[in-house]
Amino acid sequence: MSKQSAKNLLVRLPTTEAEPGQRRAFLAKAAAIVCGGLATLTPLAAGVWMFLDPLRRRAATASFLPVTTTTSVPDDGVPRQFAVVSDRIDAWTGFAAEPIGAVYLCRQQGAAEVQALSATCPHAGCFVQIEADENCFRCPCHNSKFTFAGSMVAPSPSPRAMDALECRLEKNGTITVKWETFYTGVAGKVTRP
Amino acid sequence: MSTSMSNSSKQKPGLLGQLADFFDDRTGYRKLVNELLFERVPGGARWRYVWGSTLVFAFMTQAITGLVLWSSYSAGAQSAWESVFFIQHEMTGGWLLRGIHHVMAQAMVVLLALHLMQVVIDGAYRAPREVNFWLGLVLMMLVLGMALTGYLLPWDQKGYWATRVATNLAGLVPLLGPSIQQVIIGGPDYGHHTLTRFFAIHAGFLPATLVIMLVVHLSLFRKHGLCARQPIVRSDGMFWPDQVLKDAVACLAVMAVVLGVILLPALQAMLAGRPIVPGELGAELGAPADPSQPYAAARPEWYFLFLFQFLKVFEGWGASGEFLGAIVVPGVVMAMMFLMPIIGRWNLGHRFNIAFTLALLVGIGLLTGMALNEDYCALWVNKSSLAEAENLLKKTEGDPVKLSAALGGNQAQIIAMQKQFKKLEAIRNSESFLAAATQAQMDGERAIELAGRPERIPPSGALELVRSDAKSQGPRLFAQHCSSCHAYVDPQDAKASEQLAKASAANLYGFGTAAWMRGLLDPAEVAGPAYFGNTAHSDDDMVSFVTQDLTDRDTWKLEDIEAVVVAMSAESGLRPQQTAADAKATEAALIAKGRALVSDVERCGSCHTFHDNGTKLGSAPDITGWGSRSWLVGIITDPTHKQFYGDTNDRMPSFGKADPGSVPILSTQQIELVVDWLRGDWYRPAVSKAAR
Repeated sequence: MSKQSAKNLLVRLPTTEAEPGQRRAFLAKAAAIVCGGLATLTPLAAGVWMFLDPLRRRAATASFLPVTTTTSVPDDGVPRQFAVVSDRIDAWTGFAAEPIGAVYLCRQQGAAEVQALSATCPHAGCFVQIEADENCFRCPCHNSKFTFAGSMVAPSPSPRAMDALECRLEKNGTITVKWETFYTGVAGKVTRP
Repeated sequence: MSTSMSNSSKQKPGLLGQLADFFDDRTGYRKLVNELLFERVPGGARWRYVWGSTLVFAFMTQAITGLVLWSSYSAGAQSAWESVFFIQHEMTGGWLLRGIHHVMAQAMVVLLALHLMQVVIDGAYRAPREVNFWLGLVLMMLVLGMALTGYLLPWDQKGYWATRVATNLAGLVPLLGPSIQQVIIGGPDYGHHTLTRFFAIHAGFLPATLVIMLVVHLSLFRKHGLCARQPIVRSDGMFWPDQVLKDAVACLAVMAVVLGVILLPALQAMLAGRPIVPGELGAELGAPADPSQPYAAARPEWYFLFLFQFLKVFEGWGASGEFLGAIVVPGVVMAMMFLMPIIGRWNLGHRFNIAFTLALLVGIGLLTGMALNEDYCALWVNKSSLAEAENLLKKTEGDPVKLSAALGGNQAQIIAMQKQFKKLEAIRNSESFLAAATQAQMDGERAIELAGRPERIPPSGALELVRSDAKSQGPRLFAQHCSSCHAYVDPQDAKASEQLAKASAANLYGFGTAAWMRGLLDPAEVAGPAYFGNTAHSDDDMVSFVTQDLTDRDTWKLEDIEAVVVAMSAESGLRPQQTAADAKATEAALIAKGRALVSDVERCGSCHTFHDNGTKLGSAPDITGWGSRSWLVGIITDPTHKQFYGDTNDRMPSFGKADPGSVPILSTQQIELVVDWLRGDWYRPAVSKAAR
């Protein structure tokens, strides 16, 4: 695009412009744009720099957090809701032993091992609840349904089954769960960073 | 030119051109831009016209930086300081952004003064521009209002106390004062709502009003055209690019100065070979606001210092004086400024206005200078020239009769001396301000160090961190409750003997260390001022034991004494860093040997209970765990307990014991703070900030 037409985007230039001094005027314009631009860009750049700070922040690495003891999870195949408690840092505040989320723990009849399911619906991230009458999980937001084992009950808006969490039974009877969160709305179970 | 023009207009415009045409047809924006840029500047562009533009630029900078700060600021009594700390010390570029916002605010005040001066000198307030001049004055007050409200937002000691003063002054307005004050601070006391309100005023009400006023100000400015400097000798210029270039250069210069102010300390650090800590650049952040902690360094921002100083003129006038100084006089001055366009109609009126403005600025300058001089004169006044006056003041205690007698009734000398006394008092005031300012800086740095702990700030806020910090609270509590008897001075210090002479109880510096114990067991020191010398125990059993028994080399070999020293030091369980200086202090065999000696009922154990040596309590303090946290908390809580001095206790109060229904002198937490401070038990960052 020519210089002229570029200017035409902003203003309709006066048709008569003095020939002499045009070069000087061009330099003045260029200098004005550079100086004004630099002055304005400084606070803008500083602003953008700080505004993007959240991209630098990383979630704490997933670790096994104590949730409850085996005695609280009877082997009746019915899931029970437990809070996941952990120290948590929120920007400047450090919280000691705070509930940071919820899991469903379930033990099949006669089984020693415990299954853990994240309470977050894989569809849109709502809190999945137990539907005691129907022996299933139901999400109150868009009615996704899951069996007590976490698999989908068709038809369901959810793209995948409930997210299972790694679960360990410690020697002293404590159940620990590897606390992770996953992207919602996608078919694959992808851990959030 | 004309051919190319006609050529291009014949050509079908490109895609962008078509788009531009589309929007121009529907909005007419080209005409608007045209009007904005192609304004005639009578007499050509000039540097003196740049001030208005720099102010618009400064405001735009404040708007940009302010909005981004807003995105990370949390207005609440337990989160304001904390979020500002996070912005300043943890977020990328936070220090720079906050620095620009802070320094540009000050630059804006300077630019306001320059703009006002230029307008008055050029007579730009005269018809038909009166309304625009008034608008300008309103804009000035809005900017000052933003400066005042912004000062509080970090909720640090400095802003908190300065704002208390400012809002108390607002309470002096007749009739409505107290209500205005209560509305502004959001209730009867300072807290969450003070912050939410100040934030809303600072970032909402005032800037919104300012933007509206500014639009009117600028459109009126365009309506009347530039008020050209008379007489016009040069040919007219155009706003674009002639004046815009000058404006842009001026704006860039302002920005450069702002950045310079922020980065100057970094340059100094670099030249001195010190590491640069970004969080220490830009705006300062003091210790979190604490209504229970005095803040003697409270001062308004420098551009309000003149008002602060002006109020001192009315000292001694009582409430009416403050009303006069804070409300009436500034009100009259503002009224005079609003009247300038009217006064300027008369022949001499314009000159009067110029004289008035200059006098005002000179007055402000003088008052600011006086305020600074009062605070900082100790830095530049040579005190040695006042040595004679100082001696005389000590001798006469400022009593005029004694002074007259000392100077033989020489009236001229008495007057001269009284002047010097005043100077001395001024220096003393300045010294205490400087000390308070240093203390404030130390407190601020410590608060920031604590907030940077890996555990972060507790949900109850940074103030709790500071209040439970032994390093900063210990010395305060000690000074208040202990130092009237006990010294706390390094014996190696040059002034140690002077301070020890003043003390009437043991020197607690290094209590619990081997060095301290070594001194106690030194016959030359035990009855000295650092130990029992100035107490009721100066001729007690312990003193005679050290001076007589311990000097008997048959029973007490020197290495035995040393073993006792390290064993006792081991009882205190101080941090290894403190005992590391004594290589022997950690030798297990030596400690065991010492313990046996202390425990021995023929030796120390004959009076002192020590672990399970079976010696009954009552004859001397139980030295099990001597110098440990619980032992120190115990003795401070109640030295009259039979575990300690019992009824042989000298003058030491039972700080933690109270009669039923009353409160003890010190709470358990306070006693623990003193103890932790004495023992050097406080948070230390694993890696110092500078090393990071």
